[in-house]
Amino acid sequence: METAEAKNFKKVDIIFECQDCKPIEVLDTNLERKPDDIILDIIDSGLKGRGGAGFPTGLKWKFTKNETAEPKYVICNADEGEPGTFKDREILDRVPEKVFVGMALCGYSIGAKEGIIYLRGEYNFLLKDLNKKLEKFNKQLKDRNLDFSISIKSGSGAYICGEESALFESMEGKRGEPRNKPPYPTTEGYNFKPTVINNVETLVYTTMICNLGPDKFKELGTKDSRGSKVFSVSGDTPIAGIYELELGMSLSTFVEEFGDGDTKSVQVGGASGHCVPRKYFEDTIIGFEGIPTGGSMMIFNSTRSMYNVLHDYLEFFTEESCGQCTPCRVGCQQLLKGIEAVKRGERKPSYLDDLKKLASNMNLSAKCGLGQSVANPFNSIVDNFREEIIY
Amino acid sequence: MSNTDALIKNLVEKHGNSRNNLMPILQGVVREERSLTEEAMLKVAEALDISSAEVYGTASFYTFLDTMPRGKNVIRICKTITCHMKGKDEIIEALEKELNINVGETTSDKKFTLLSANCLGWCHKGPVMLVNDDIYPELTVDKALEIVQEYAHNSK
Ligand SMILES: Cc1cc2nc3c(=O)[nH]c(=O)nc-3n(C[C@H](O)[C@H](O)[C@H](O)COP(=O)(O)O)c2cc1C
Ligand code: SF4
Ligand code: FES
Repeated sequence: METAEAKNFKKVDIIFECQDCKPIEVLDTNLERKPDDIILDIIDSGLKGRGGAGFPTGLKWKFTKNETAEPKYVICNADEGEPGTFKDREILDRVPEKVFVGMALCGYSIGAKEGIIYLRGEYNFLLKDLNKKLEKFNKQLKDRNLDFSISIKSGSGAYICGEESALFESMEGKRGEPRNKPPYPTTEGYNFKPTVINNVETLVYTTMICNLGPDKFKELGTKDSRGSKVFSVSGDTPIAGIYELELGMSLSTFVEEFGDGDTKSVQVGGASGHCVPRKYFEDTIIGFEGIPTGGSMMIFNSTRSMYNVLHDYLEFFTEESCGQCTPCRVGCQQLLKGIEAVKRGERKPSYLDDLKKLASNMNLSAKCGLGQSVANPFNSIVDNFREEIIY
Repeated sequence: MSNTDALIKNLVEKHGNSRNNLMPILQGVVREERSLTEEAMLKVAEALDISSAEVYGTASFYTFLDTMPRGKNVIRICKTITCHMKGKDEIIEALEKELNINVGETTSDKKFTLLSANCLGWCHKGPVMLVNDDIYPELTVDKALEIVQEYAHNSK
């Protein structure tokens, strides 16, 4: 097997760059092109979804275009509930037009007339400004005779509604309970019609790929992780905030830049991601060939108790589990109770191994990504910080 | 017609009476009244011609669609890990003392409900709280108290 070479640390300015890129002009130039050519460019760029799962964006557009059922929808996933992620809010606040243009280009490419932004209820304060800008944008689309318009639907404080099929259920006025897959959204999404659902950041990159061309984008990143990505950096760092970085760097270069000199571990990918201890920083690559991430990077220094960190995460999952399937509903509770019992000395330390098996079982048997991913933080924290969980 | 009836009638007119519009209608009621009463849910069910169990099923799923009575101002303090590390406990303690209630409770004058919430999307500027729809990042105890006193003053 080829071992992946880590890229150097490099800051990039594509997402928030506003000087040269007039989003509406990107739309105008690209509306003169054939839909298939736009989709081919997105496929060629190698762009993968920035919401966490990393599905190739161009293929998603192509599959949806190939469906015959009507109407089709373009959904922008702005539910951003993963602990430690705050970049989508910033993007919608600072460069919303780039998101709108990505949606319109997607609609034009796949043959959809309606675009909807699903905005988490915690971001309601953005609504007024976004609606005003959308009104203007929808009018611009009308002036260009493009049969497409964008509206906003709000969430109401449920993390699980970021999962695409739960999001559709929520938009249909139901409980946000994930559906079985397949069928996938490209065939049966919102209202059980063909749907492209993309993360906020993914949509901005589609705009920028249509502006710069796929080659410019491909110059950045690695074979498996093309381009750059917006990272939300929080925790024990003197420079918490939002940074766009080239994909493929090692975690050690990341920590050199952002750590406080005493970094013990980094939780890559939010509560549902992996905890990497210091000894693995060097060998861990940030990207789809290493640890993929929706952008959440939480840094912990040596003063932090990893028991508290894991406890917080498990509390989060116990509260946010939709409760629909038993492995996740009961599993989350038992993992939480389990580490509390070990901490209090009511259970032997070896009980942690039983709990790890339970987490791995949840990974196999839970219905959706929430229950499936609890094993990521659980096993990586228990494996690397066992003493801190026990004593 | 009661206030709630009129509000629901307006919301249904604005959004339409299809099932897909249940969330914006319930959100509209909560925006004005902070929570959903049994009466309100029955009315919405009637207006959309769906069973009231469906309305309750949807409402009870979402943290922000409260079916318990809430105060005029709902405070939600983030309790997730980075805000935890940045001192959300001190903020909660100070507000509990100021309002003389525990997390999850409403003041006797019905002005405030104090709740905790999961990650609000401002982890780089924690601790942070929402008051109704407005966000207050980078809190200190003094700042949090000042904000709450301001709301108390304005909702006389
Ligand atoms: C529990 C859970 C929560 C999720 N939350 C989000 C979210 O807040 N935002 C998001 O874009 N994707 C989220 N996703 C991923 C979506 O299901 C979906 O894969 C994504 O929106 C697709 O867009 P992309 O291909 O552009 O990444 C979540 C997935 C799971 C399982
Ligand atoms: S895994 Fe958890 S969140 Fe997903 S469907 Fe099952 S209970 Fe719901
Ligand atoms: S952890 Fe508090 S806002 Fe994210």
